[in-house]
Amino acid sequence: MIDTYLIPLVKILFVLNATLIGVTYMVLLERKVIAWVQVRLGPMRVGPYGILQPIADAVKLILKEDITPTRADKWVFTAAPIIVMVPALITFAVIPFGPVVNLFGRQVPLYITDVNVGLLYIVSVASIGVYGIILGGWASNSKFPLLASLRASAQLISYEVAVTMTLVSMIMTAGTLSMVKIVESQYDQHLWFIFVQPVAFVLFFIGGLAETNRAPFDMAEAEQELTGGFHTEYSGMRFALFFLAEYANMIVVSSVATTLFLGGWLAPFPNVGWLSFLGYVPSWMWFLLKTFAFLYVFLWVRATLPRYRYDQLMRLGWKVLIPIAIANVVVTGIVKVLF
Amino acid sequence: MTTHTGQMFDTEELVINMGPQHPSTHGVLRVVLRLDGEKVVSSDVVIGYLHRGIEKLSENRNWTQIILLTDRMDYVAAATNNVGYCQTVEKLMQIEVPRRARYIRTAICELQRIASHCLWLGTHAMDIGAMTVFLYAFRERELILDLFEEYCGARLTYNSMRIGGLPLDIPVGWDRKVLEFCTIMSEKVDEYEELLTHNRIWLERTRGIGVITAEQAIAIGLSGPPLRGSGVPRDIRKDEPYAAYDEMKFDVPVGTSGDTYDRYLVRLEEFRQSIRIIRQAIQGLPEGPIVGKVPRLIKPPAGETYHAIESPKGEIGYFIVSDGKSTNPYRFRVRPPSFCNLQALPQLIKGHLVADVVALIGSIDVVLGEVDR
Amino acid sequence: MAQSIAFYVLSTFILGFAVLVVTTRNTVHAVLFLVLNFLAVAALYVLLTAQFLAVIQVLVYAGGIVVLYLFVVMLVNLKRPPEDHMAPQRHNWIGFGLSALVLVELGAIIGYGAVAPAGPVGAQTSDLALNNVERVGMLLYTDYLIPFEVASMLLLVAMVGAIILAKREL
Repeated sequence: MIDTYLIPLVKILFVLNATLIGVTYMVLLERKVIAWVQVRLGPMRVGPYGILQPIADAVKLILKEDITPTRADKWVFTAAPIIVMVPALITFAVIPFGPVVNLFGRQVPLYITDVNVGLLYIVSVASIGVYGIILGGWASNSKFPLLASLRASAQLISYEVAVTMTLVSMIMTAGTLSMVKIVESQYDQHLWFIFVQPVAFVLFFIGGLAETNRAPFDMAEAEQELTGGFHTEYSGMRFALFFLAEYANMIVVSSVATTLFLGGWLAPFPNVGWLSFLGYVPSWMWFLLKTFAFLYVFLWVRATLPRYRYDQLMRLGWKVLIPIAIANVVVTGIVKVLF
Repeated sequence: MTTHTGQMFDTEELVINMGPQHPSTHGVLRVVLRLDGEKVVSSDVVIGYLHRGIEKLSENRNWTQIILLTDRMDYVAAATNNVGYCQTVEKLMQIEVPRRARYIRTAICELQRIASHCLWLGTHAMDIGAMTVFLYAFRERELILDLFEEYCGARLTYNSMRIGGLPLDIPVGWDRKVLEFCTIMSEKVDEYEELLTHNRIWLERTRGIGVITAEQAIAIGLSGPPLRGSGVPRDIRKDEPYAAYDEMKFDVPVGTSGDTYDRYLVRLEEFRQSIRIIRQAIQGLPEGPIVGKVPRLIKPPAGETYHAIESPKGEIGYFIVSDGKSTNPYRFRVRPPSFCNLQALPQLIKGHLVADVVALIGSIDVVLGEVDR
Repeated sequence: MAQSIAFYVLSTFILGFAVLVVTTRNTVHAVLFLVLNFLAVAALYVLLTAQFLAVIQVLVYAGGIVVLYLFVVMLVNLKRPPEDHMAPQRHNWIGFGLSALVLVELGAIIGYGAVAPAGPVGAQTSDLALNNVERVGMLLYTDYLIPFEVASMLLLVAMVGAIILAKREL
């Protein structure tokens, strides 16, 4: 009873809350990191060094008036933010934060579940999130959001192809779709997959930036062009859901990248004898460290690079990334067969 | 949808109203875009949201009070406007300006040019999505504003010139601070270039965008960096020197292809040339009075004159008619560079995408206060 | 027990959404009900421990194809159907023909199911849950190789056709 129901339930609650808190603090982290890049201080007023800023923001957004434009499609308008947020959250079900550990005398795996199609599950759930963006823009019944949502959906669909093709080469390398087994396979091969598949890593990183609508691919919310993008007409908590979903997706992409390429919860060089002291750091700590390192790169890129233009972005996706991804799959296959 | 013969669906152009409240139209510019997909088919530029009637107002102010009004036109380069106006009146009254005043005017004009270009660079980069450059450029602009504050007490609308010279001599130690700033600035220009000039995305966003040939540019009446970006080496500082420019050594950067990237390069090179001029002006600053022989009551003789100087945005010219009897101008007319350069916009953005529209508005560097006056 | 409850609940949803797809006036809403329908079908697959199929159903149909439907519907913005398509008699006859075909097919399935009862399912489920992807892969590349290749040819032809249609001057 405890093993089948209670423990998973506790884990789900824990992961959900940790994610939501992580997401709100991600916003603060982004503001701080970009502020430091831009020789500013960032939020400093709420709490010491602004660490309570996310709470103030949340309170503000909840208290704000929730406006639905008169001529908007009411049901779709309401559903859109939810459609964006839910896939971002349920992806965490298959992300392994650590191996099976001994907790209070009980063997507890540090992941909610391990399904044999884990990686595909993440891809398919992520593909549902596109609906929120398209519908949000369409239901607003306004021109700028419509343009933005068309841009966003075309972008997401194109880059999904590239990312999925990249993941295919990773599946071939690991020989499994299960997220846990992918990490274990990196342990068995004594090598993080970033060293086996560097091209795939770069492709996944670029694709991940585009999939999460981040700079330099933040076409959909290019505020300088489209005055905010698909969520222009949203206010209050509904806007916050769009906003938080973007950050949740960033965390998802980072977690997947960590699992696939950076050895998940494994300490660096687990088989090198004199580095064994790294094993004293708990496994979930390594996972978080790697994920945040990856997230930091996201922010760093945003602070540094200008924005691509929409047609250039599509050209990059279809004419550069997808061919390279397919070539990578073919090369991986050949290498797999030969060795 | 109505059905026509053989055609199942109509296609229609999407009309989008960009501005007057849009984050990247640099004020209250309104551009009505007709889009086919995301491609601009045609556009109308609507101006006048910031019209304050400065030209008419000036006809009811006395000659000294007008200096204050000129501040309000191109408010990111107020000192240049002051210089232009004062020189026009001086030309009308044939007043000799002392050499020291001319040197200080030159230095101030060039400081103002750097400040204006900083603002342009920041907003232009921001429009294309590079938001860090915005804050870096404003950091340096802040230093210039501090210098201006020390010189005349104001940070935006300086009122820093008088007919016949300057209201004040430079404060003690100001010249040293300006030279220090020059050292800082020349490093920072390299920093901007590091971030943008060879950035692949920046190149893809600006190269070949909004190309305007030298002939077209002259036909439209462009001036300043947009004209020089097309390869026309026209610079009033060189061609018809005023203040102390005839004694300064500097180069006029010109582009080759007349696209957004060339206009960007021209302005970045102007940063360096301005620093060079400021160094010469401050280091060779002569001693002497700062105001020439100006009568108590400024009442120019009857006549009319046109005088133009090179503002950061292009040729700012003043056409003034005096009837010789009253203490205010009979006719006051400004040729603002932003207004004339803005005429090129519909031609520039035609056939480009929405994302390029903001890049192009940024690349011609308009200030709506000057367009509408 | 729990499985049957889940099955009937899901079936109700699937049928309900299917009815809504054809009856809703607003085309965008109809497409959305189609998505919900596909998601419910995917849940049904999970119930049958066919996780791979479920994930592919979501990825390809709900996440891919219907997005394109939505694109078309949004861009074309069909407030009311074009008159050309309103010739009632002709369409009625096609409709009746298709419905008859579907009825015959359903009858055949039910009849066949009654004659030959389902094989022993329980014995294989544990294995299925663990090696779902491998099983599907093996089947595709052994028993169903020719249909699989034919399907991929068909897709290739469709892709080439779409490119030719979209790009008038090649």
